[in-house]
Amino acid sequence: MNDAFDIRGESHIEVHKFRAGAIIVATLLALVFQSSFPIHFAKAAVLDLPLLVTIYFGLSRRNPSTGLLLGTFIGLLQDSLSGPTVPLGLYGIAKTIIGYLASSIGARLDTEHPAARFALTFAFFIVHQGIIVLTRRTLLAQPEPWFNMHLIVAALVNGLVAVFLFVLLDRLRRN
Amino acid sequence: MVAIPSRHKSLVLLAGVILLQVLMLALQIKRDSEGRLIRVWTVGAVSPFERAGSSGFGWIRDTWRHYFALQNTTRENEQMRRENDALKLQIAQLQGRAAEADRLAALLKFRQAHAEVPMIAARVIGVSAGTASLTIQLDRGEHDGIRKNMGVITPDGVVGKVVEAYSNASLVLLLTDKESGVGALLADSRIQSPVGGQGEPLLLMKYVPNDDSVNLGERVITSGMDRIFPRDLPVGTVAEIKPGNPFKQIRVKPAANLERLEEVFVLLSLRPLEMKNEGSPADAQAPASGAATPPPAVRR
Repeated sequence: MNDAFDIRGESHIEVHKFRAGAIIVATLLALVFQSSFPIHFAKAAVLDLPLLVTIYFGLSRRNPSTGLLLGTFIGLLQDSLSGPTVPLGLYGIAKTIIGYLASSIGARLDTEHPAARFALTFAFFIVHQGIIVLTRRTLLAQPEPWFNMHLIVAALVNGLVAVFLFVLLDRLRRN
Repeated sequence: MVAIPSRHKSLVLLAGVILLQVLMLALQIKRDSEGRLIRVWTVGAVSPFERAGSSGFGWIRDTWRHYFALQNTTRENEQMRRENDALKLQIAQLQGRAAEADRLAALLKFRQAHAEVPMIAARVIGVSAGTASLTIQLDRGEHDGIRKNMGVITPDGVVGKVVEAYSNASLVLLLTDKESGVGALLADSRIQSPVGGQGEPLLLMKYVPNDDSVNLGERVITSGMDRIFPRDLPVGTVAEIKPGNPFKQIRVKPAANLERLEEVFVLLSLRPLEMKNEGSPADAQAPASGAATPPPAVRR
């Protein structure tokens, strides 16, 4: 997937490449962790590891086409694992947009600094939840609150975890 | 043909991919079975890893509880550490095993007490991969006789119902999910009303008229009218009562600890398990439609 995904629109931008299969393995692990971890640590449900993986590879690959396709792939897998009450496309749409935004921003800003990674993940988490609420309200006619304190806490936790997770994922880079 | 500037290609792709997914959402709303195949494939591919992940996390948790937690304790008792470490480790391991034995004994006792009800024990191997739904995944499926719409319980109370049965795994919609519901009644006053989930830890008992008297802490049990769950299983206890229009807003704390489920029972029957009280068709629909249709509250 790594090279096949490299649909370059901006060839002058430095693009981080990853070891063969790294993106698939990281994605699969994120989904498995997401569905297994909260069984033993209920509070871990606040994490959205598939989202963090989408953001990381979006920021690193720095190609909007690659980012949005990866976001679609991860989002649809997450939809599939979320049970029949979650229609296919709910997380898919949100992660498609986040993948696109992350890779677009990654091409323009320094996203290697921990503070930048924290701030971006915090913002992307809020946007991601906003898109899900928007989709639910407009397409599925399901009334959902736009904002609550839990959202801010979850965004902070995900931002903090992202700082450490991204350092681990940096090791998958092919230099 | 109009050429698209390269810098706009990704935007066009974004719009296209989102449009496709929106169409997919629309198709799913029209047809319930849409997307079934991709769910089967994905669950089939991921459930072996989830089993491994579940076991791995269990091992890590046990190691943490049985070793590191003890290590922290021994730091406070430095002089006794070396003499006590091994002993405490053994005690912790024995306590863990005893707790597990107690839990399994409780399950067995419950199973024996309800020997007439066909049921099978199953282990929880996964939870929903997002916060949009509240589901758990079990390690047993169609090969073990599990079918869609079967009830899932623990000795503590009702858990939910099977919404997807795969060959070796099944998906259970928890009672706390917004789409979920169960036919129930108040144990003392015998007022009947479906109880449904709200996507929050507490359940909602919606259709109890303001005139009826309900007490805090009153037990809520299954009515059996939904033809999925046997009568008199604990659903929860009344935690909050507010007047509403025209019904009271009664919030119910689930009897089963739905946030920490490890083993459950699946009721292996799609037929009514107890027919002592014939309910109205509206009552029978309650669990499937998540209490969408307000049946009148009934006193028995």
